Amino acid sequence: MSLVLQTFSSAKDANAALQAPGTRYLGGGTLVVRATNEGDVSTSSLVRVTDPGLSQIAVAGGKVRLGASVTMAAIASHPELAALAPAGRAVGGPAIRNMATVGGNLFAPAPYGDFAVALLALDATVVTEGGETPIETFLAGRDTSRAIVTAVGFSLPTAESFRFLKVSRIKPKGVSVLSIAALLELAADGTVSSARIALGCMADRPIRATAAEKALLGCKLTPREIAPALAAAGEGIAPITDPIASAWYRAEVLPVHLGRLLSN
Amino acid sequence: MAKVPVQFTLNGSEKAEFIESGTTLLNALRDKIGDTSPKGGCHQGTCGACSVIIDGELRLSCLTLAETCNGADIKTTAGLAEGGVLHPLQRAFLDAFATQCGFCTPGMIMAAKVLLDRTPNPSREDVVEALSGNICRCTGYEPIIQAVLVAARANSQNAA
Repeated sequence: MSLVLQTFSSAKDANAALQAPGTRYLGGGTLVVRATNEGDVSTSSLVRVTDPGLSQIAVAGGKVRLGASVTMAAIASHPELAALAPAGRAVGGPAIRNMATVGGNLFAPAPYGDFAVALLALDATVVTEGGETPIETFLAGRDTSRAIVTAVGFSLPTAESFRFLKVSRIKPKGVSVLSIAALLELAADGTVSSARIALGCMADRPIRATAAEKALLGCKLTPREIAPALAAAGEGIAPITDPIASAWYRAEVLPVHLGRLLSN
Repeated sequence: MAKVPVQFTLNGSEKAEFIESGTTLLNALRDKIGDTSPKGGCHQGTCGACSVIIDGELRLSCLTLAETCNGADIKTTAGLAEGGVLHPLQRAFLDAFATQCGFCTPGMIMAAKVLLDRTPNPSREDVVEALSGNICRCTGYEPIIQAVLVAARANSQNAA
């Protein structure tokens, strides 16, 4: 079984080609070529778009727009995206980061997709030719989505409000045991006034820890006050089991790592 | 299956080939062009043995389709030695006993070369980070890290 690659200059033209059975979109290749190398014969045709606009990073007025082909390396080294650099650096090794894209990360099955966890905490908007979709809706429907993602947009967090943690067994880089991203606003008295927490590896795709978010409101970030949020972190999770860790282990260590992220 | 033309610069020389659409750069380099320095380890993006430098950036040739490299400048470990004289990184890997079975070595050297091109005097942490996408099952990594640091010192002494 061999592959045929079709190259288009715009996402609009490529969208039509992507509707054919057995066709997948080729971003950086770290998911799609990996699958075909592994013997996935369900893919017979790949579609890619060379539009340079897809690789652009735009930061203006507190808003960020990342083209779908922007790589993890580009995010990690962008001077205005320092708050996101830890999430960009969390993906793969240097070569993977030069290839893996924002768009592809939205489709990466757990244990991959650490950057999408960050985007979920940031309440990003996913842009396709058809319009804009909140990331939560997008992730829920990604298995049947056939529209090419062209960009993601979100409000740029301050370094203080955005926290990201990836836990892996191999240092300095390894596949996720879990990843956590948290966007926290604190009131003047140090209590949490808003919280949005996203988890990786706690389902087959990034999910929110809504019970923990609620439990955090009005709390100071001290071990005693965050305890109820940590206890609630496991509500609604269905962690994956893979060679890195079992679902049981992931569920056990989630509150520990969430506690470390919140108390730092 | 229709063949497609690809044209790129490999270690300074122009290459043009007809390949089957969907061929990985790794297979094109090894099977069509005859540069067997990039190794096919996992074909999954995990081991880094196939690492090459494309337009100055470290990439995995097993996950890169050759036809996406039209017009690119590709460097592999096979192109490092000049006139029979080994590159300082190759020399350092030999001297530090950083290569045992040797399978990971070309990928390690490519990753190290990108590091030294950008950071001529790296810290140990820089080296560990730069090699973090490359797996070695023989050495325990320490001799490799030492080799890269030795090569960096050799480079800076030559430059001084």
